[in-house]
Parts: sequence; structure tokens; C-alpha cells
Amino acid sequence: MSKPKPSEEYEKTLAYRFFRWLSGSKDPYVGEVEMKAQEEKVLPQETIIERMREAEMRRDKVYDPESNTLARAFHKIYSALAVFFCIALAGVLLVTVSYLPPSGHADNPVNNIVSERYIESGLQETGALNIVSGMILTYRAFDTFGETNVLFIATCCVMVLLMVDDAILKKQEARSDRRFEPMNDAILQGIAFVLCPIIFIFGIYIILNGHLSPGGGFSGGAIIGAGLILYTSSFGFQKTQRFFDEHIYKIAKITALCMYGLIGTYFYVTGANGIENHIPLGIPGHILSSGIILPINFCVGLEVACTMYAFYALFRRGGL
Amino acid sequence: MDLVQNFPCFSIILCLFAGIISSGLRDKAALRVNTVLLTVVTLLSGATLLYTLHTGESFVYVMGRFPAPWGNEIRAGVLEALMALFFCIIMLLSLLGGRHKLLEEVEEGKTYLYYVLTDLLLSSLLALVYTNDMFTAYVFVEINTISACGLIMIRQNGRTIEAAVRYMIMSLLGSGLLLLGLCMMYDLTGHLLMSNMKESVALLASGGEYEIPLIVAIVLMTSGICIKSALFPFHAWLPDAYGYSTVSSAAILSSLVSKGYIFLLIKIIYRVIGFNVYHDTRIIDALFAFGLMGMVFGSLSAIKENDIRRMIAFSSVAQIGYIYMGFGMGTQAGMTASVFHILSHAATKSLLFIAAIGLTDVSGGSRKFIELTGAGYRNKWAGVTFTVGSLSMVGVPLFSGFISKLLFAQAAVQNHTKMLPALIILGISTILNAIYFMKTVIRIYTPVGETAYTSITFREMRVYAITLVAFILLNVILGISSQPVVDMIQQGLAMFA
Repeated sequence: MSKPKPSEEYEKTLAYRFFRWLSGSKDPYVGEVEMKAQEEKVLPQETIIERMREAEMRRDKVYDPESNTLARAFHKIYSALAVFFCIALAGVLLVTVSYLPPSGHADNPVNNIVSERYIESGLQETGALNIVSGMILTYRAFDTFGETNVLFIATCCVMVLLMVDDAILKKQEARSDRRFEPMNDAILQGIAFVLCPIIFIFGIYIILNGHLSPGGGFSGGAIIGAGLILYTSSFGFQKTQRFFDEHIYKIAKITALCMYGLIGTYFYVTGANGIENHIPLGIPGHILSSGIILPINFCVGLEVACTMYAFYALFRRGGL
Repeated sequence: MDLVQNFPCFSIILCLFAGIISSGLRDKAALRVNTVLLTVVTLLSGATLLYTLHTGESFVYVMGRFPAPWGNEIRAGVLEALMALFFCIIMLLSLLGGRHKLLEEVEEGKTYLYYVLTDLLLSSLLALVYTNDMFTAYVFVEINTISACGLIMIRQNGRTIEAAVRYMIMSLLGSGLLLLGLCMMYDLTGHLLMSNMKESVALLASGGEYEIPLIVAIVLMTSGICIKSALFPFHAWLPDAYGYSTVSSAAILSSLVSKGYIFLLIKIIYRVIGFNVYHDTRIIDALFAFGLMGMVFGSLSAIKENDIRRMIAFSSVAQIGYIYMGFGMGTQAGMTASVFHILSHAATKSLLFIAAIGLTDVSGGSRKFIELTGAGYRNKWAGVTFTVGSLSMVGVPLFSGFISKLLFAQAAVQNHTKMLPALIILGISTILNAIYFMKTVIRIYTPVGETAYTSITFREMRVYAITLVAFILLNVILGISSQPVVDMIQQGLAMFA
């Protein structure tokens, strides 16, 4: 047994240094070699902007038909095919038209029992002097109800896309509504003051006479809608809102469509089940005649006017 | 006239009324109206189906005082009632399953518009199913197109707006072609009512008069509907529209909207042009070829996809290819297989979309596969449902997908010239389906490291979990007791002729 060495002496031996190195408790470099931590690289602002610009340039170059031959070829083939397809479709249709029955010929397949009955007994079966009104609102009432619902759903879709929250609407009202037009244009207001009542009365006349003369709910409603648009663009939304705001719009729209639906359902169900119809046809030529056509024209007119105005208001400022 | 004969008309009108009234209601009331409406219409359609099965013949319902061809009319047989019933069930389940996402993704105060759109969409689907008049069909195709656009863009971000614009352009192109074809048919036949048109077309075809315009009109109508239902070369709008819209919309669009158009095409083939005349124009060969291409290329695109929702969307392209391949066989068996596949795909695809949303929800909202690893453990209900859907898509027995593949194979064997390509592509497509669906199933059941997972419990998602169970049941019922359904389809197709 060797006697133990004092610790100062032991720390000088080779064995002590070797084991210390082996266990990792001493880093041979610390204190022996001069060391300096690496500085974090700070990019100057210009370099960052430069790199972003380069990335953008690369992206532009890759997708730019000028510099990328593959993209250019694709664009060329694509436009050539598009043009070819359009010309081919137009050609096929033109060739086909030449094979169709000649227009206006008496023996055409279109001149059959269907149109014969519409023309010959339309007046007596529908009570409407206007055959077109009689046809779309009595013979084919279901199709027209569907068509009115197309307008309704189109407004719903525009609302999905453009309707803005009420609070935001109020905030931006003063600023953005009339950015590109003069406020309270005297000429416009003067003309609108004269024209609007005339337009409204003309529209109402066309709706109410839909079964007697050319026109009806769709055309009359469009005229009233145009009158509303003229009024709004000359006097502003605040004045229109005094008699036509979102609440009234909703009531008018739902009432019109529901009334049409109820009248239609009554007509379909009584007709199909052979139940007696209690709506009188009246005397042809009188304003209160032609059974269901007059109320339906009224409903359609209301719905079309609402739709026209709603489109204008939604596209202009995102709310009624 | 029996009371039940009023039900088809009542269900269309009820949907329209519900949509109109919902536009004046608040979000929650509109939701309630929608749920009640769907339940009632399901019951009405079920009653109509039982009635037609009982009487064994179809009936015509005159909409108004004037009989066709002067007035409008609708017609209900076994197949129409079956489709209507099925569409209502799928729509109810899709809306239930996506309800929680709808509240998150749609701006508050606009949810009622979503229900307005779905009510009107259902009315248009029912009208497309029941209609006996081509112009009525066109009017409701318009409603269908507009409301589908609304369903896509109601979740407002850049991707959905872009998808809606694409969908709108393609869909309007399809509507335009359909309208052009319809105008030509009216010019040639002088009728808009389906049965009268069919008589005139049969006369024209046998007499050889107006041969060229007749073929052009048929081609225009067919291609219009093909574009609208995303047959292979026209599918570019589909992945974005299904992939980024809110999940109920994706389920409804993939399983109902495109199927409504395909059902209209079946009606045109059988009730407007006549199966034999349509067969003789050789258009079915083009449908067959494009169907086969869709089956392969749709699956290939799905394999490349790294986004689960878009993968399921691309799988739709392949499945619609199957349906058109069935049309292209030109036999009654092929048509039966296609109609069954319409049902089976509608049930499975909406299930997959609804299950996928449960998986992405527990993966931090990401749809990338790397994030979905182990999602089947974190949401066990959705994991099991997704697996069921995948197995059904691949065509494993017990599930509905197997029956449709079996019917397609049987139909292919009966057709000598088209047997070989149909069977080969069917096999390839099945393998491709298996590649991407099984990849996903393996991915969602791969555990993530050693870390413990927290599983979402039944209490946190009651409505969602019940919907998933209902979907699985529907799928298994279609898979196990397929024979009654196939019988009904055959009976319904026989009533068409």
C-alpha cells in the first residue's frame, strides 16, 4: 500500500489530469485558448428589402410569360384553344340553325295544339286580354313562381357577399357614400322631383293593367325600382329611409312572395284535386277581372321593385 | 284523387315558403324552421314512396286548372320518390354534422341566409326530381346554381370567393348549353312537356327528319349537364369549391347538387329523348370514355393531394366518372348500377366530409396529412366513421360502395364490346382508391411518439357524434340490404319508359 499523497501534490500528477479530462469536468480549452462568442448577424434594413425585391422578381420572372418559355407556350396554347373552341361552337350552332325549321312557317312543329289553345281560348279561360300575362301567370303559374324565387335568391346571394354590419354602415355613411358625386346636386334633385312621381305612377299603371295591355309585374316592378334608384341617387339614403328602410324592405318582400305562394298553392291544389275555384274571372277588359292574374301581378311587381332597389343599395354601400 | 298525391307538390311549395319566411327571421329561428322543414319533407317523401310502391305505378299531378301540355305538371314514381327521400335524409344529416363549424365560419347575423339558401336548394332539387316539364326543370336549375354559389361563398375568405367565381362561370356555361339545347328541342318538337317531347322525338328519329339539329340539341343538353356535374375534363372548379367552403356546403354540393343534375340527365335520357334514340346517337360512347378517364385521373389527382378535404373532393371526380361509365354501358343494368352509385356515393361522400372535419378539428384546424397523424385517437368517433367511409369507397363488402362496384362489374359483363375496358379500369380505379384512402386511414391511426393524447368525449359533441352514427347506419343499410333498393330502382326505371 502506498501512502496517500497530499491533494496539492496529487493534482499535479498526470493521472489526475487524465481522469479529469475523461470525466469532462475540465474543458482543456477554457483558460488556455482565447475564445470569443460569435456575434449575432444583424442584417441591415436595405439588405432585407433587397432580398424581398429579389424574391418578388424571381416570382414575377417565373410566372411572367415574357421570360418563361414554358409559361409562354402554355398561354399561347390556352388562348389558341379557347379561340378555337369558341369558333367551333359558334360554327356548329350556325350550321345547325340552317337545318332548323324555317322561321315563321305555318307547318312548323311549334305551331301545334299548345299555342292554338293559348290563342283561341286564352281570353275565355284566363280572362286576360294580354295573352302573355294569361299564359305565364295562369297556364304556367308554377314556372313563374320559380322565376320570382330566382330573383329572391339572387338578392340573398348578393346579401351574403356585400351586406355590411349596421354599426360599420353608420360609421362610414357620411364619408364614403358620396365620394365620387356631388352632394345635393340641384339639377338632379330638380329633375328627380318632377320625374319620380311620374315614374312611380307609370309603374303602378303598368302593374295594374298587366292583364289588359302589354306589361305586367316584371316590367312594372322594374320601372318602380328604377324610380326608387333615381330618388335615392339624387336625395341620398337618409331621405329614402324615411319610407323604405331594411325593415320595410323585408316586410314588403316576404309579404309579396308569401301572397304569391298562397294564391299559387290555392290555384294548384284546387286545380289538381278538382275542387271548385272561387276566384271569379270577371268581365274581360275591366280592371278588376282575370282571376288570379291581377293579385299575382301586384305581388311580382312588389318583389321586382324591391329586388332592383336592393341590388342598387347593396352594391353602392352594402346595406339598405 | 288521394291525399298522398298532393305530397310532391306540397314538399316543393313548403321548401319555397320556408326559404321566404326564413329571410325575415333571426339565425336560431331560421335553423329551427330548416330542421322542421327537412323532417316534414322527409316524411312526405317517405309517404309518397310507400304510396307509389303500393299502387305500383307513377302518377301525374297537374299544377293548376289546365292539364299538360298547356299547364305545368309534376310526376312522381318510385325512383323520384326514392331520390327525394334520400336527398332529404342526406341534407338533414349534412346540416346537423356541420352545424358547429357553420357557427364558427359564417359571420354572425348571416347564418339565417345560409338556411334560406339551403331551403331553396332543397326545393330546386325536389323540383328537378319531380318535374315533368323541361322548362320547369330549367327554372329550378337556375335556383340550384345561384344557391350553390351562395353556399360556397358564405364562408368569406379569398379562396371561397375565388372558388365561387370559378363555380359560377363553369356552371353558367353548363346552364347556357342546356338552355340552347332546350330551345332547339322546343323548335323541333313544339313541346316542353317531357312525354310529348318524347313522342315527337320518336317520330323525328324514325322519319329521319331534322337529324342534325336533333343530334346537336342532344349533345348540347348532355354536355351542359356534364359540365354542371363535374365530369372529368370539366372538373377544374370542383376541388376548390368542395375543399374550402364550410363543411355542410361541401357535403351538400358533392352529394346532392351534382346528383340532382345527373338525375335530370337520366330523366332526359328516358323521358325526353327515349333510351333507344339516345343509345343510337353514340353519345353514350363519349360519356363512357370520359367516365373511364375521370375514374383514373380523378384518383391520380387525389393521390397527389396533401390536403384531406381536397383529396376527398378529387375522389368525387373519380366517383362521378363511375356514374357516367354506367350511363355509357348503354344497358338497363348499367343504368341501374349508376343510379345505385348515385345513392351510395351521396351517402359516403357526405360522411367522409363530415368525418374529416372532426379529424381536422382535433389537429389544430390543419388539413395537412402531417398534422393529422394520430387524429383517429384524438377523436375516436370521427376516426371510426372516416374508416367506414374509406372502406366503402374502396369497395369492401358490408358497405354500400361494394354493391355499386359489384353492380358495375355485372353490368360490364353483359356488354361485350365495353366489358374489357370497363373491368380493367374498374380494377385500376379500385386500387388507386385504396392507395389514397388507406394511406389516410393508416395516417390517422399512427400514434404520435410517446406522448399521451386527450380524446374528445361524446359529451362535447353530442349532435355531431349522433350524426356520424346515423351516417354509418345509412351506409351499412345500403350495403347489407341492397336488394330492395336495387329492386326499387329497377321498378322506377321501368316506370320511366
